[in-house]
Amino acid sequence: MVKDEKESANRPDNTAFTQQRLPAWQPMLSAGIIIPGFVLIGLAFIGIGVVLFISSRSIQVLEMDYTGVEQKSACFKCSDPTVKDCICSLEFSIDSLFKGPVFMYYGLSNYFQNYRRYGVSKDYNQLYGDLTYFKTPSDTCAPYVYDKNKPIVPCGSIANSMFNDTFRLYQSVGTNGTKKQVPFDGKGIAWWTDYNIKYRNPSVVPLMDAFNGTTKPIFWSKTAYELDPTDPNNNGFINEDFLVWMRRAALPDFRKLYRRITAGDYAEGLPAGNYSLEISYNYPVLSFGGRKKVVFSNVSWMGGRNEFLGIAYLVIGALCVFMSIVMLIVYAKFKFPDDE
Amino acid sequence: MTWRSPLALVRDYLQGQRAREKDLRNLVSNLPYEGLEKRKQPNRYFLSNAIKTTKYTLLFFIPMNLFEQFHRLANLYFVGLAILNFVPAVNAFQPDVALIPICVILSLTALKDAWEDFRRYQSDRKLNNTPCFIYSRKEKQFVQRRWKDVRVGDFVKVVYNEIIPADLLLLHTSDPSGVCLIETANLDGETNLKQRTVVSGLCNTSPEFEPESFNSIVVCEKPNNNLNHFKCYVEKPDKEKVGAGIESLLLRGCTVRNTDHAVGFVVYAGHETKSMLNNNGPRYKRSKLERKLNTDVIFCVILLFTMCLIGALGHFLWLQALPSVPPYLVPDSNGHLDSPSLSAFYMFFTMIILLQILIPISLYVSIELVKIGQIFFITNDADLYDDDTEVRMQCRALNITEDLGQIEYIFSDKTGTLTENKMVFRRCSIVGTEYPHKENAIRLALLAEVDLEEEVIFNQHPQPPQTSWSLDAEDTNSQDSHRRGSRCKSKVAASAQSDVAFSSPLETEVIPDRKLLQQISRAESSSRRKTDPYLDFFLALAICNTVVVSMATAQRRRVSVSPHAWQTNNALDTLSNVVKNAGCIFTSCWRKPKRNRTVSEGSALEDDSFQPPLKMTGTVNTNGIQTYSLHTPSQGDKPAATLDNLRYEAESPDEAALVYAAKAYGFTLLARTPDSVTVRLPSGEDLVFEVLDTLTFDSNRKRMSVLVRHPITKEYVLYTKGADSAIMELLGTPYAEHLMTRNIAADTQHHLDCYAKEGLRTLCITKKVVSDNVYESWLVDRQRALAAIDNREELIMDTAVQLEKNLSLLGATGIEDRLQENVPDTIMALREAGIQVWVLTGDKPETAVNIGYACRLLEKDDLVINMSCKNKLACTSILDCTLEEVRRYSQDPRNVDTTPDISLVIDGCTLTMAMSPDLQERFVDLAKRCRSVLCCRVTPLQKSRVVKVIREKLKVMTLAVGDGANDVNMIQAADVGIGISGQEGMQAVMASDFAISRFKHLKKLLLVHGHWCYTRLANMIIYFLYKNVAYVNLLFWYQFFCGFSATAMVDYWLMIFFNLFFTSVPPIMFGIMDRDVSAEMLLGVPELYRTGQGAGQYKFSTFWVSILDAFYQSLVCFFIPYLVYMDSDIGIFTFGTPLNTVSLFTILVHLSIEIKTWTVVHWVVMFGSVALYFIVTLAYSAICVTCNPPSNPYWILQNQMADPMFYLICIISTVVALLPRYMFHVLKNSIAPSPLVQARHLDRLDSSTKEQWIKEWRSFRGGGQVKRSRLSTPPSPTLENSVDINPETPTAAENMEDDFTLNVTSQRPVHT
Repeated sequence: MVKDEKESANRPDNTAFTQQRLPAWQPMLSAGIIIPGFVLIGLAFIGIGVVLFISSRSIQVLEMDYTGVEQKSACFKCSDPTVKDCICSLEFSIDSLFKGPVFMYYGLSNYFQNYRRYGVSKDYNQLYGDLTYFKTPSDTCAPYVYDKNKPIVPCGSIANSMFNDTFRLYQSVGTNGTKKQVPFDGKGIAWWTDYNIKYRNPSVVPLMDAFNGTTKPIFWSKTAYELDPTDPNNNGFINEDFLVWMRRAALPDFRKLYRRITAGDYAEGLPAGNYSLEISYNYPVLSFGGRKKVVFSNVSWMGGRNEFLGIAYLVIGALCVFMSIVMLIVYAKFKFPDDE
Repeated sequence: MTWRSPLALVRDYLQGQRAREKDLRNLVSNLPYEGLEKRKQPNRYFLSNAIKTTKYTLLFFIPMNLFEQFHRLANLYFVGLAILNFVPAVNAFQPDVALIPICVILSLTALKDAWEDFRRYQSDRKLNNTPCFIYSRKEKQFVQRRWKDVRVGDFVKVVYNEIIPADLLLLHTSDPSGVCLIETANLDGETNLKQRTVVSGLCNTSPEFEPESFNSIVVCEKPNNNLNHFKCYVEKPDKEKVGAGIESLLLRGCTVRNTDHAVGFVVYAGHETKSMLNNNGPRYKRSKLERKLNTDVIFCVILLFTMCLIGALGHFLWLQALPSVPPYLVPDSNGHLDSPSLSAFYMFFTMIILLQILIPISLYVSIELVKIGQIFFITNDADLYDDDTEVRMQCRALNITEDLGQIEYIFSDKTGTLTENKMVFRRCSIVGTEYPHKENAIRLALLAEVDLEEEVIFNQHPQPPQTSWSLDAEDTNSQDSHRRGSRCKSKVAASAQSDVAFSSPLETEVIPDRKLLQQISRAESSSRRKTDPYLDFFLALAICNTVVVSMATAQRRRVSVSPHAWQTNNALDTLSNVVKNAGCIFTSCWRKPKRNRTVSEGSALEDDSFQPPLKMTGTVNTNGIQTYSLHTPSQGDKPAATLDNLRYEAESPDEAALVYAAKAYGFTLLARTPDSVTVRLPSGEDLVFEVLDTLTFDSNRKRMSVLVRHPITKEYVLYTKGADSAIMELLGTPYAEHLMTRNIAADTQHHLDCYAKEGLRTLCITKKVVSDNVYESWLVDRQRALAAIDNREELIMDTAVQLEKNLSLLGATGIEDRLQENVPDTIMALREAGIQVWVLTGDKPETAVNIGYACRLLEKDDLVINMSCKNKLACTSILDCTLEEVRRYSQDPRNVDTTPDISLVIDGCTLTMAMSPDLQERFVDLAKRCRSVLCCRVTPLQKSRVVKVIREKLKVMTLAVGDGANDVNMIQAADVGIGISGQEGMQAVMASDFAISRFKHLKKLLLVHGHWCYTRLANMIIYFLYKNVAYVNLLFWYQFFCGFSATAMVDYWLMIFFNLFFTSVPPIMFGIMDRDVSAEMLLGVPELYRTGQGAGQYKFSTFWVSILDAFYQSLVCFFIPYLVYMDSDIGIFTFGTPLNTVSLFTILVHLSIEIKTWTVVHWVVMFGSVALYFIVTLAYSAICVTCNPPSNPYWILQNQMADPMFYLICIISTVVALLPRYMFHVLKNSIAPSPLVQARHLDRLDSSTKEQWIKEWRSFRGGGQVKRSRLSTPPSPTLENSVDINPETPTAAENMEDDFTLNVTSQRPVHT
């Protein structure tokens, strides 16, 4: 149209945007177009699935329950809450080399670290080493704020309920029953950021002085600054066991890294043989019907052993391929008129 | 200022209140009190002229705005949740954190409000500081002040072209006759001048007005918003009362025109002025979609409660199952644990806080944003812009855009909506003789023809071979290209005459009928010239009106003069040829009647006695007439020069058309003052009639009269014109001097019927001579009525009725109202779109039927049911019979295509009966089966009633479109009201939701924008609900693994961000910009519109399907990561991060499946959202070490992103979550593609094949469609030619002649 394009203040701008004529891509979801895409996706998924499945299979896992509810269980005697300072020993044998580095976990089930009020019950500022919060911990820690009018450090339910079973692993060497302790490596089991940034000890030397006028959590047998007598850098809030515990588990059945076996004769892994795990059994779980276990596992690039993801990829990949066949049939049957 | 006791202040306030509320106000001049303190001022209680339209003040903005905002239920919900969060027993998050969403929403809204208010403040300030002149006693003159200084009781002087600052009672003008002309365009959009007169008998006629001498009391009514009504009287010191009405009131906002200056007394100021009282904000309507949405939101609430109940119950059972107190169960500060039932009770509320976003509060904000965007696009559409008036489409209601996509019934006005409302004088009948004005018809046809020429020249559009040129084809084409045509017409005009009239020459020029000219000249020369009916007839046309005469030379600047309208009058290069040709035909028609087989030959044969004079000038129209009128050329030429400068401004276009017609016959209205009318007779003699009274038009009487005193005979003569129904009953003796054997009334009635059948608007013209004593006695009544303040209207009307009886019929006129361009095409398209079109008109059935055929509302082979009955019994039986018959015709009422189309024509009084409660059902049932319904002779009230009944009985979406004040009711009654800003002022537009300038715009507005807005919004809402449910459910599933303790596995800030930033923009953009089918497809295949009608895309099932899909997707998004991380050392937020990410991907990819058209904006927004998510989350988890206790996402995303498993989880979860939906879409599109999908397929083809396809598609569907496509070469009759439908019309022969003539003349431009 030769409409004179006179400038008029009121005339709408004739741009592609205002006239809704922007160049556009209009994908059409129809059978013919997506078949190749589906085949490709399916094949890719199957590939990923195979890799995942194989690497998951290559991971060795050894799980041992030591709750001791069953009578024949080695820790049965310790499961009675009245028994104090109970030590039980779990015997097991490994048939073939358990490839290293071996990670040792303790596992709890039915333990709701993700319970909301439990999660709230800590004082970040205190854990960041802020001394003012040593004197007056945050209310979020209630009811574990004060014990006999002394502020609890570290306060709160999470710290209070810290897992306190300890383990020693021995390998039976020779036939006479002599035992050789497997050295544990407790370094680097917590997140680097937790150890270096998020949790800080007060910059008071010695550390003990910072805790003057405070008291330890009710359930704890030791104060925070003497958690690890062997390593002064592993005490206070940056004790790695403490850090691992403080990182709350997402699900009620969880495991937490206890130690790694990386040193000495066991750097290559646990050789075949008989082992005994000496457990100092302290942590009560029967009150909530929970279970305790230890897990030895080695890890690959995908973390611990989990076959689900590999299977899922395989199934979905197969499904995609199958779908593309269905599509092909559909496409053949209901061809679009303009595809002719 | 002196101190006053608070009591006095209160008393004063109450007094003021009383003074303002009183029905009558006594106002006196402020001048004697000038300079006194405020409480001595007599008019202190009335509002000052300063206006304040702002809602808030600076000081109280925050509390007032909050108060305003908390009127919304949604905001209250938010606040309730935030408060709930402060209760320690139930809080789910840190209390202060929970305030974030409400604060964000409130502050955003407050910002918007503040900005709007600031703009209002600025415009107020500008208005208040506009200068004006107020009389000051101190300085004894008018001094310049500002608008805000004007007070009631002041004297304000307004000068030429100034805007009036307040409502003024006109006391004095510079015009000796006390007239002030104003333009009310600012108020009601009417651009014609309105005449206001000073209050008579108040001030001495001295040239300068002395405000100080004004010592009367002005008694006026309480302010109201009626622009056409004002009651007041002025009580002089001697207790004499002088009445005054709206004709003496200058309204605020109007502009003074053609008057040097005027002085008025301020009656109302500021917010009490009529213009301010009429100033209502935008209207709030709730759209159908929103109503439906609200029920779905209720389902969301139910869902929320169910989930919370499950949570509470789960928590209870979980606590119950614990054997004793586990270490992770935290007692309260006293070491006390709540009982399971109590904590379950608390948990219920905690869950509500946790799952709150299930109620899509942000949806309402988003919908508003989306609608703003949609309105932006609608108002910016160049296709909805009218070049002639330079008006854009206006959206006045901001929240019902999507209703445009669901319309099922359209109720349309006729005049001004379907037609141009530009009146053209076509025919007249005088004392029983019909004058067909064939030459005039030819002129109109020629104008239409030039359009065709232009179209060929400019458009390069393949025109159908015009070998068999018929009137039909031509007329439709002329409508198609009307806009170009109207411009072109002005070009034609420019060649013929050099004046610059505002009205197009189409309306202003009439070529006189030759027979009639002879009659007039005979009458003029005869001895009885003073009482000749022919002369009287034209005198009546010239006098009996309220037309304002202005000179074209004294130009006023019009508010919206299109630049090219001026330009076309001068620049004629391109068209000069065409114009010359056109002129040529004219001249040749007149000059050489013997050689050409044109109409002039035919008419020359008829009146062979008459020979056109040989002296012809190049100008044809008015000058030509002067030559005919048997005067010496020198006499005729001179006045013609000035006569051409006359311009008539009429309130109704009919009046102007009649005055122009009278002018064409030499009866030129030269001037009109309130007291006199000057008419130049064909003889060149100027007659000044003293106007004794004007009985103005009202819709009850349906007529108007002017009482004049004849300057020669000194008789009192009453000229009345009005609708035939109103006049025919009042006829008394036939025209005194014209006692013929035949019955004038019967003949005229016959002609009137013929006119109506042609679609012409008819008016009857009568005369009555009033004897002196009758007049005297009537005058007394009249004056009493005028002075009355109670029942004044009724009394005035009574007096009018009293005088308007025993009229003698002079004749009748037929005025044509041309169809607007593209009306038939638009109606066809709307019809194909499944919309039923009803026409409701005040016209006669014959006129309406004719227009119905012309605009394709009725088709030739339709079955037309004509319902018109006198009593209810007949009405019932007719209704029953018809219904029976119709039922038999259409076994399947939806199948319009295979059964003959039924149309119903019903008149007003039958309609009233049919709408009575007992017949209503049957009528609606019948109307439902009819393809189109024409209601004639309906009143405004009936119009709205019809709309209401159909809307309520059939539960359909209705749209009403109209242009006049009589359509306001209907526009307000319908779901969507559309006003056409046309000739008849702005009342319809003011009442409407959308305002367009042409009827044809309706097509794009509904078919394209309506469809788009609806699908966009419907899909957006469904998506939004889905999105919320999908996200919230993740949290819900997690409750099963955390002892139903309302733990969130995502940081709360990130949760807020997720809704506020990461996933909010894409749906809004989707709602504004998605385009399922292109505009061409939607216009080419109107049937696509049907997808939105009724339930449309947004069905109940759609809602639930998307909710179920949301459940499925959330299950996938939750359980795939769950199964992967099961039995591992995963932390809470480490687990939540992939969930959140997967959810983001799923939600966005889901939207990508729904998006039909990807433009740059889409890509940017989608990728921007993903990028924003990662950037913000990474930044947040890097910066925030201890900032948000107890939750702390420090370094979590970084950690996860270093883990390949994270990506593998994201990929598979997204794929699995969306696979079903994707497959569903694919299979559905492949197996059973919806029309929209097919249309999209066609969209991808290139344009030429696309057109081919559209054609095939349209012809593909059924016989009915074939029938319709056949109609593209229209067989329908047009206004000019009603022969086809009404072969029995007595004018058939003449029409045939017209037809024949056109055949000949139309060939010429084509070949030359």
